[in-house]
Amino acid sequence: MNEHIVRSYEDELALLDKKVAQMGGLAEHNLGRAFDALEKRDPRVAESVIRSDRNIDALQREIEEQVISMIARRQPMANDLRHVMSAIRISGDLERIGDLAKNIAKRALAIAHEPHPKPLISGFRHMVELALRQLKDVLDAYAERDAERAMRVWREDTQIDAMYNSIFRELLTYMMEDPRNIGLSTHLLFGAKNIERVGDHTTNIAETVNYMVNGSSITDDRPKLEQVGTIENSND
Amino acid sequence: MTDISLSAQTHKSARKVDVSSDAAKARIRARYRSEALFKGYGIAALVITGAFLVMLLSNILMNGLPSFWQHSLRMDVPVTAADIDPSGKGDPKEIAAGDFAAAARKALEAQFPGVTGRTELKSLTRLLSAGAGDELRRQVVADPKLIGQTVNTRLLLDANADLYLKGMGASTTSRTARGIATPTGTTGTIKILTSANDFAQDFANVKRLLGDRAALLSTEAARLEKGNTPDSLAKAKVARAEAAAFKTRYDQPKTVEELDDRMPSTLVEINGGLVKVEKILDTEIEGTVLLPLKSTDDSKPGDWKIVTYGVPESNRKATDRDIAFLERLQAKGVVENHFNTLFFTAGDSREPELAGVRGAIVGTVLTLLVTLGLCLPIGVMAAVYLEQFAPKNRLTGLIEVNINNLAAVPSIVFGLLGLAVFLNYFNLPRSAPLVGGLVLALLVLPTIIIASRAALKAVPPSIKEAALGVGASEQQAVFHHVLPLAMPGIMTGTIIGMAHALGETAPLLMIGMVAFIVDIPQGLTEAATVLPVQIYLWSDLPEPAFKAKTAGAIVVLLGVLFLMNGMAIWLRKKFERRW
Amino acid sequence: MDTMSTPAPMAAHQVGLARNANAKVFAADVNVYYGEKHALKNVSVNIPDRSVTSFIGPSGCGKSTFLRCINRMNDTISSCRVTGKIAIDDQDIYDPALDVVQLRARVGMVFQKPNPFPKSIYENVAYGPRIHGLATSKSEMDEIVNSSLEKAGLWKEVKDRLQESGTGLSGGQQQRLCIARAVAVGPEVILMDEPCSALDPIATAKVEELIDELRENFCIIIVTHSMQQAARVSQRTAFFHLGSLVEEGKTTDIFTNPVDKRTQDYITGRTG
Repeated sequence: MNEHIVRSYEDELALLDKKVAQMGGLAEHNLGRAFDALEKRDPRVAESVIRSDRNIDALQREIEEQVISMIARRQPMANDLRHVMSAIRISGDLERIGDLAKNIAKRALAIAHEPHPKPLISGFRHMVELALRQLKDVLDAYAERDAERAMRVWREDTQIDAMYNSIFRELLTYMMEDPRNIGLSTHLLFGAKNIERVGDHTTNIAETVNYMVNGSSITDDRPKLEQVGTIENSND
Repeated sequence: MTDISLSAQTHKSARKVDVSSDAAKARIRARYRSEALFKGYGIAALVITGAFLVMLLSNILMNGLPSFWQHSLRMDVPVTAADIDPSGKGDPKEIAAGDFAAAARKALEAQFPGVTGRTELKSLTRLLSAGAGDELRRQVVADPKLIGQTVNTRLLLDANADLYLKGMGASTTSRTARGIATPTGTTGTIKILTSANDFAQDFANVKRLLGDRAALLSTEAARLEKGNTPDSLAKAKVARAEAAAFKTRYDQPKTVEELDDRMPSTLVEINGGLVKVEKILDTEIEGTVLLPLKSTDDSKPGDWKIVTYGVPESNRKATDRDIAFLERLQAKGVVENHFNTLFFTAGDSREPELAGVRGAIVGTVLTLLVTLGLCLPIGVMAAVYLEQFAPKNRLTGLIEVNINNLAAVPSIVFGLLGLAVFLNYFNLPRSAPLVGGLVLALLVLPTIIIASRAALKAVPPSIKEAALGVGASEQQAVFHHVLPLAMPGIMTGTIIGMAHALGETAPLLMIGMVAFIVDIPQGLTEAATVLPVQIYLWSDLPEPAFKAKTAGAIVVLLGVLFLMNGMAIWLRKKFERRW
Repeated sequence: MDTMSTPAPMAAHQVGLARNANAKVFAADVNVYYGEKHALKNVSVNIPDRSVTSFIGPSGCGKSTFLRCINRMNDTISSCRVTGKIAIDDQDIYDPALDVVQLRARVGMVFQKPNPFPKSIYENVAYGPRIHGLATSKSEMDEIVNSSLEKAGLWKEVKDRLQESGTGLSGGQQQRLCIARAVAVGPEVILMDEPCSALDPIATAKVEELIDELRENFCIIIVTHSMQQAARVSQRTAFFHLGSLVEEGKTTDIFTNPVDKRTQDYITGRTG
C-alpha cells in the first residue's frame, strides 16, 4: 500500500493502530489475569484487574477523540474512512471485553473464600484459553489487515458456544446435586456467560475487520448452535 | 574556523542571511548608494528631457506668438462715391470692386498735410499694406449706405512697418538738448545751429566709427598681403588706401563729417518736425527734413531732442523716413495693435501681412478626413481578420512581417508611390486632398493595423470564450464583445496615426502639394495645401516677416497636434473599462 | 434518482460500452489529440439526465479536455483533433450537419474564473437570449432575465441594480451571474469547469446549493479539483487519470469503496 503524501496523516493512522493494539493487549491481559484470580482464588490479582480496567476505558476515549479529530481535519475517504470507523467500533468492543474481564474479577473476589470443584474450573480454563486465542487472532488480523483470518475467527466462535453449553449443563447438574453449591455455581455461570460474550464481541471485531478490508458487510447470519434447552431436555 | 566545533548543529540548521557583520553593513550601504544613484540618473534624464522640451517650445513660442498680433491704423476714412461707386448704380459687384485702396491712401495722406513731395508721398503710401482697404471694403459691402459717409475703420500696415513697430526695426534712443536750436527752414535740406555743443557726442561717435573702420581695413589689408597673389596684393592696396582715408578723417577732429547709411542714424526732433542729419559738426548739423517743421522759430532747451536710431539704415528694412512717419503716427495714437484674425481667416499670399493659414488648415482637415475615412475601416477590419479569423499559417505570418516592415518605410517612398500610381496611372487631380489622403492613408495603415492587433490581443480570451459558451458565433463574439473592448486601444492608435499623418511633408511634396495656393479649397478634388507644406513654403521665402509667420504656423500645427493627443487621452480614459 | 442498475462501480472501463436508454450524454471511444499529444484515450461513458456528474482526477488528466468536447469548445483550438462519438439525446454532436452555435445554446458552460461581460447585469443575462431570438418583446426579455437570475439565486441581491456593471459584483456573485447567463438560453446540459476554485467558502457553498437546485431540471457535469466538493455535490463520479477514464460510478461508492487502486490512491491522497 502506498503511503500518504502527507506524512503526518500516515503517522496519525499508525498511532491509531498502536492504540488499538495497546487496548487489545490490555484486554487480553486483564481477561487472563481475571481467570487466574478465579482459579487461584487470589483477591489481590482480582483487585488489580478491577483497577486496571480504567486504563482500557481511557484508551477507548483517546481512540474516539483521535478518530473524531481525524474525520474533521483529514476528511478520510474510502479505505481510510473504513479504517478509522473500524478503529472506533473495535475500541468499543474491546472496552466491553475489558468490562467483562472486570466482572469476572469481581466474581472471583466473591467466591475466593470457597474451594472450586476442579473439573468445572478446568472446563472454564479451556473456554478462557480459546477465547483468548480468538481475541489474539482477531487483533492480529486487524493489524495485518487479514480478512481471511478474521473470518476464521468469526466461524470458530461456535466452539466457544459449544463449551459454554457444556459448562452450563455441568453447573446445572452441580447445582442440582447440592443446593449449597448454588452460590458458587451462579457466579461461575455468570462468569461463563461473560466469556461467551467475549467471544461474541470478538466476532464483532472480526466482522469489522472484514468490512475494513473488503468494504462490504457480512449479511449472512453467523453460524450459531441451537439454543440451549431447558432442564428437562438437557437430560439425555 | 570555529565551525569545526559546531559540526552537526550547523550542518542541520539552514543558512541565515547575515545582517550584522561589517561586510553585511557595507553591502547594505552599497545597495542604498546604487539605489540613490539610479534615482539620480532618472531625475537627471527627466530634467534634461524637460529642458530640451522647454527650450524647443519657448523658442517656437517666442518666434511664433508675435505673428498673432498685427499693427493697423485706426482712423476715419471718408468713403466717396467717386472712388467706390463711380457709376452710381449701387451695384454690389461694382461696390466690391471699388478703389478702397485709394480711399485708404488719401486718409493717410490727410494725416501728414505738410508732406507733399512725390518721393515722400510714395514712402508714406508704402507704409500701408496692399490690402489696407479690405476691412473698409467689407464694411461698405455689408452696408452700402455708408457710401458718402466717413467710416471709422482699420487700415492694415505693411509687414515691414509692422515689424518695426514690434520692436524689431531699430533701437531708438533720444536725449534732450541743452542749447537753443535754430533751424534754417521747414522743408527740404536745412541747417540747425545750436548754442551749446549738443552735437558733440554724436560727432565724436562718428569719428570713432571712422577710426574703427580704419583699423578693420588695415587688418584686412595685412591679411590680404599675406596671401601674396597679385589679386590679393591689389586688393590689399585698395584696402590700405581706404584705411588711410578713414584714418585721415579720424585724425582731423574738427572737420564736417558726412554720415552714411552704415552708421546709426541721427535725427533732430524740433518744432513738430523731424530732420535727418547728413553732415555734422559739434554745434551744427545739416540734413533732410523728413517731417515738416511748423516754423523756423528758435527752440528752447528741453523742447527739442536729438534722436538716434541704433541700427544703421543699411541693416534694416524701414528707412529713416518710414520710421519718422510711424513714430509720428504712434504719437498721434492712431496705431493699434490687435489680434491677427487675418492669420486664421485668410489663405496664402505674397504679402506677409495678408498671408494666413486658413487654406492650409482646410486642406489639412480635408486630407485627414480622407485618410481617416480610408484607413480606419480598412485597418480595423484587417486587424480583426488577422487576429481573430485567419488561420495561423506561413501566409499569415508573411503578411504580418510585411505589415511591420511597411510601418518602417520612409514616408517619401509613399509619395513616390502616390506620384506613380495615383497621379500618373489613375490620373487623379494633382495636389488634391483626395490624393494626399490616399497617400497618407497608405502611410498610416500599418500603424493602425499594428495598434489594433495589439488592442485586440489585449482583450482577455475569457470574454470571447464566455460569448462562445452562450452560443454566439465567432463573428458575433468578436463584433459584440472583443471589438468594443479593444476600442480604446484602437482609437488611441488611430489618433496617434493621424497625428503622425498631420505632420508629414515629404510624401505630399511628391504629389505636388507644393504649389502656391491662394484660394481656400472647397472640395476633395480642388488643389490644396497642408500645414506642414505651408510651413515649408514660407520658411523658404526671403521676407523677414515670413519668418514670424512660419513660426506662427508651427505654433498652430503644434496646437492642433496637442489637441489631437489630448483628445486621444480623453477618449481613452472615457472608454477604459475594467474587466 | 439513479437510473443505473449496477450496484457497484464498474471495474475497468469497457471498450464497446453501449448507450444507456436514459443517458443524456453518451460518449463512445472518444480520443483527443493536441497535435502529436494524445490527451484523451478511448473514453466511453454514460451521463444521466437531471443529476450531477463530477469528473475528478489529477492535473493534466484530461477531464477538462473531455468536458470541453461536449460543447465543442475544443474546436477553437486549431491543433485539436477529436475522434469517436459523443451524443446528446442520441444525436451525434460531431455530425458535420450540426450547427455548433446551436449546440452551444443547448449545452451551456460556466468557467473557472468568473467572466461576466463588461456590460450591465441585465445585458449579461439578456445577450444570449437576444442573439438566439428567444424573446420578441422587452417584457418577454425582462421575464427571461428575472427568472434566470432567480434560478441562479441572485435576483434578491441585484434586482435594484440591474443596470450596474456585471464586473462590479463580488467573485461569488459574478460566478452566479455567469450561471444565470448560461441558464438564460434554456440549455439542457450545463458544463461547469471548476466553478468554485476562485471563490471563498461561503460563495462556494452558495454555488453548491445552486447546483443542487439546478439538478432537478438540468444535466450538470462538473469538473473539480476538490474531492470533497465532488463528494458533496454529485450523484455520479468519473475518475480520469493520464487521459483515460479509470472508473465511473455512484459517488458514495467511489468515495467509500472504489474498485481501482489508482482511484483509491488519488482520493486518499497517496502518491502514485
